[in-house]
Amino acid sequence: MNTSQTKDICTEEFLINMGPQHPSTHGVLSLELKLDGEMIRDCTAHIGYLHRSMEKLAENRTYTQFIPYTDRLDYVASMNNNMGYVMAVEKLLNLEISDRAKYIRVIAAELNRIASHLIAIGTFAQDLGAFATPLFYCFREREKIIDIFDQICGNRLTYNYMRIGGVQFDLPKGIDEKIKKFIKYMRSKVDDYDWLLTYNTIFLARSKHIGLLPKDLAINYSVSGPNLRASGVKWDLRKDEPYLVYEKLEFDIPVGENGDSWDRYKVRLEEIRQSLKIVEQALGALPEGDPTVKIGRIHKPSPSEIYLRTENPRGELGFFIISDGSAYPYRLKIRSPSFSNLAVLPELVKGLKIADIVCILGSLDILMGETDR
Amino acid sequence: MRTNEIFMAIKTDFPEARQEEETGAVIIPKESLLKITQYLKNHRLAFDNLHCITAIDRAERVELAYTLYSISEHHGITLKIYLTAGEENVASLAELWKSANWLEREVYDLFGVIFLNHPDLRRILNPYDWKGHPLRKSYSHPEVSIKPRL
Repeated sequence: MNTSQTKDICTEEFLINMGPQHPSTHGVLSLELKLDGEMIRDCTAHIGYLHRSMEKLAENRTYTQFIPYTDRLDYVASMNNNMGYVMAVEKLLNLEISDRAKYIRVIAAELNRIASHLIAIGTFAQDLGAFATPLFYCFREREKIIDIFDQICGNRLTYNYMRIGGVQFDLPKGIDEKIKKFIKYMRSKVDDYDWLLTYNTIFLARSKHIGLLPKDLAINYSVSGPNLRASGVKWDLRKDEPYLVYEKLEFDIPVGENGDSWDRYKVRLEEIRQSLKIVEQALGALPEGDPTVKIGRIHKPSPSEIYLRTENPRGELGFFIISDGSAYPYRLKIRSPSFSNLAVLPELVKGLKIADIVCILGSLDILMGETDR
Repeated sequence: MRTNEIFMAIKTDFPEARQEEETGAVIIPKESLLKITQYLKNHRLAFDNLHCITAIDRAERVELAYTLYSISEHHGITLKIYLTAGEENVASLAELWKSANWLEREVYDLFGVIFLNHPDLRRILNPYDWKGHPLRKSYSHPEVSIKPRL
């Protein structure tokens, strides 16, 4: 073929829908891709398939009645959602909770963070073609955490454990031994993942320098959580605006260098180690007392408004609550981390191949339950 | 910086700003939104992160609340704009903070506030052909008739 002929060959731009039913979109997300061959020219995300009008529902529920709904926001990290919500209501009510309840909350939240990151890592590796093995390993470890939660509150996925003013039950007898055993077990498993995945040639080739998210862009898009830290911003609410007892606990904030998909994976893996450290310390310092709630279930806060954000596994979860003095919130806004983390996706995928979208989406670790609310 | 200090810094340059007593939020007229936000972002206050935008329907007015944070300076503030009923439109901040794009689409979808000069003002959570704005207090659910099976 001579050169004059090759010049005549041009690819036609065409539109393709990825999702809403697609195994790699982590829920019901639809991406409208404008393609040139296999290269992505433009990407538009259509969300809202899981929209359940949580914020409207909240206006017709008492403050306590809304707790189970928060389970269904980020359904792989229900403890953290519960905690963010009840802490917001407690701030609205100026309610102090017992020290033991604070420590129990930290333990539950950090264990759930590990479970959530395990799903993120497992599905990310699965998306990159490491079929089944890492996913099964991660779910095997996650199962142990779920067992612990099952003993603590009787549920496996939607825990509904936190209460306004404390927690539902005290820790059952013998659970601390079980958690300690899990910490020891999990530490060796994290090393296994490191050995199995982190510097694997195929894994590196698929994820290194893919989906570069620069620092400024990440902040400008209000990206938060591990995705922000992977871009090199040392920002973690547990350190920068400490709540509960995080001030008293020692842990590091892992940060990435380039902000690529591999960095986002690595930050999550390191965070599992740090969370194990936090759980261990919190268990050691667990004070005596009664963490359960001693006040009634109906709360009527005086007319005011508050905004409180907590560090969820996926980023900063914020609750903006406005009360009008009645038992129902006048307005409740949920600022979900995945919503902002997903908004940055079109910027990351331009000029890459379709297979890289799967990689980037997996590394951003979005969850449609809280994106659509 | 504390909220009061930030407010004083805004007040010296923009005398039209005032503080909401109960909440400490800074209320600004909608005409000066772009001016003040540009100042907040580029001034030494360095608000680099537009965290959340939300609206509150108070029947006689719609309040817009912008939650801003500065990651480099470790402080935050809530800006508020009161929009009188019937004139629910305001300038878009999508030029300044990219996060505003989706956040403003959400407010438009749920409250019907029009953001002027927004690059892509479509519904985001509800279907594109949805009627009405669900989080308005005056919103009524569309009639769903379920006929009993006889």
